[in-house]
Amino acid sequence: MYQTLKQILNTGIRTETPPGVDESLRTETDRLQHEILAAFGGALAIRMVDAGSCNTCEQEVHALNNPYYNLEGLGIKFVASPRHADLLMVTGNVTRHMLTGLKRTYDAIPAPKLVIAIGDCACSGGLFNDSYACCGKVSNIIPVDVVVSGCPPTPTAILQGILTVISTKPTAK
Amino acid sequence: MTHAQFLASLTPLTSAIPAQQITLQPIDLIDVCKILSEGGSRLISLWGSDERVLNNRFQLHVLLMTEAGYLCLHVPLDASKPHYPDLSGLFPVANRLQRAAFDLMGIQAQNAPDQRQWLRHGAWQTEQFPLRKDFIANPVSTSEMDDYPFVSVAGQGVHEIPVGPVHAGIIEPGHFRFSIVGEKVLKLEERFGYMHRGIEKLFENKNLENANQFAGRVSGDSSIAYSWAFCMATENIAKITPPDRALWLRALFLERERLANHLGDLGYLGNDVAFSFGFNQFWILKEQLLRNNASLFGHRYLMDRIIPGGVKVDLTLDGKQIIEEESLMLEQNVATLRSIYEEHAGVQDRFIGAGKVEPPLAAKLGMCGLAGRASAQAWDARVHFSCAPYDKLDVKMATYRNGDVAARVIVRFDEIVESLRLQRKILVNLIGGSELAHPLNALPANEFGFGLVEGWRGEVMVAVHTDEHGQLARVHPHDPSWQNWPILEHAIMGNIVPDFPLINKSFNLSYAGPDL
Repeated sequence: MYQTLKQILNTGIRTETPPGVDESLRTETDRLQHEILAAFGGALAIRMVDAGSCNTCEQEVHALNNPYYNLEGLGIKFVASPRHADLLMVTGNVTRHMLTGLKRTYDAIPAPKLVIAIGDCACSGGLFNDSYACCGKVSNIIPVDVVVSGCPPTPTAILQGILTVISTKPTAK
Repeated sequence: MTHAQFLASLTPLTSAIPAQQITLQPIDLIDVCKILSEGGSRLISLWGSDERVLNNRFQLHVLLMTEAGYLCLHVPLDASKPHYPDLSGLFPVANRLQRAAFDLMGIQAQNAPDQRQWLRHGAWQTEQFPLRKDFIANPVSTSEMDDYPFVSVAGQGVHEIPVGPVHAGIIEPGHFRFSIVGEKVLKLEERFGYMHRGIEKLFENKNLENANQFAGRVSGDSSIAYSWAFCMATENIAKITPPDRALWLRALFLERERLANHLGDLGYLGNDVAFSFGFNQFWILKEQLLRNNASLFGHRYLMDRIIPGGVKVDLTLDGKQIIEEESLMLEQNVATLRSIYEEHAGVQDRFIGAGKVEPPLAAKLGMCGLAGRASAQAWDARVHFSCAPYDKLDVKMATYRNGDVAARVIVRFDEIVESLRLQRKILVNLIGGSELAHPLNALPANEFGFGLVEGWRGEVMVAVHTDEHGQLARVHPHDPSWQNWPILEHAIMGNIVPDFPLINKSFNLSYAGPDL
């Protein structure tokens, strides 16, 4: 126990200041009313679905939970059930074999709901648009509010996307 | 075919690792495989190719590791009846590989006990085979869930828990069907293919630079391993060797990929036994490593840094200094965390005895890689038939006999220490030479070659066939998860359901890699 506490003390606080909002990431506007976004109050429950990624985007999403980005410290957490979620996070060019799984997860999230697409494959299809086994970018299947491109996007970029999607638009003020 | 005839017909392959090949008739396949299996050979991979345009036939390719090095069997199959004898009795890993080869290429293992589809769900029809050259994608085919015939367990009090494809955490999709009594797991059956992206078809006719991008994205956590294996295959075919400096840098990248994944896994293994301290500590270390990757090489996961013919980025003198300091920091912290894990009664109580795979079972099923070494399967491609520069590094392999979660944790700790040692040795050797690549843009026609490296999870192999114009006719990437996923079904038997996430994490196998 002594060793554990000593290691915690030696480590100190590593959490960094989160990035600001970036309006250019927004693809859909006016989907949620200002009042509803205000009701989220900055706290957010995320359900994540890998719909066809190579698993690198997942690595970066995992990294959001490390002490540097400290996602839970911002009131945002990943949840196990879509029924508990406010936001659906999707990675990958949607494979035909995951089409049903993705649609059912989206449907299971109670309205009002938000969707964020993470990584080049999810945003634009990336390298996989010509495949017989893929359906293309996420917005081909379900409405997407914010896209974060990159192969993979950094944790900071993903965090910025999440903070953008739950911020109210300047025009709504 | 007699044993002497067989040995006389072997021809060497030009390769960075010891490799031979032989062409066999289907009728000889079983006899040859029997001799090889009895001699202790292991099946690495199995795939098909469509050569009907060239010589009106299909071919089956079987890659094995023998006591003399790697051996690739090529078996021509009749175009109208592409059948070959079932190998799953000799090599259990062939089961899913043969089913996948049928789904994608329509070549069939005759009399195989299990003929269910493997990678095909609903994205294409039964009589369509995507990797055949005359395949036409049907945009209207649906992807509703197919009716896969799971093996059911009957008896009083037995019930099923279906899990996935969408799981409760941040993880790739796959389906697990548990048959349980109370809390105890009687049987687990896996069903994958959800991540099938058709990546093998996408490789076809791409230029080398573009194909290398796909190789780096077969399974993103092993991007370096796949890129190196793909580039090694193309270099073998072109009969070139990258400059020394490039080979040392490749090894540096591969060890850094191993470090990043082992650190991440050790964190999650702590987290899965409710010791979140472990997660936070190890992921601080992993993040520091990834940030150094970004600042030194321009990418946190080093994607696309290895190119056919060499590497794309160099390491500066300042960079060497940064890695040396990082190694020292990692060494000290990992040693402290290891003693904390080992002295924590609650953690050890969950680790010890969970998900046990005894060495005889591991040997029979062909278990490989990190998980295999925790069950006394002492194979490491950095040690056996190693490619340059590992032949100069004298890698110390970590092996244990217990085969439980605790053993897989210890192998990771040992391999971190060894990777840090290797990293230092690589830095010492990174002197002189400024050339980073012997550019490789085109390949000779009608050639075959493969590359194989020990990724953090196990052996990663990429096979490449060129056509009559030197274009990529067929590329087959093989993930070590093919070998180890079926073993997870055994590891969980008799354990309780809540230990599954822990046991699964201790293997940490890929979905995207084997789903192709």
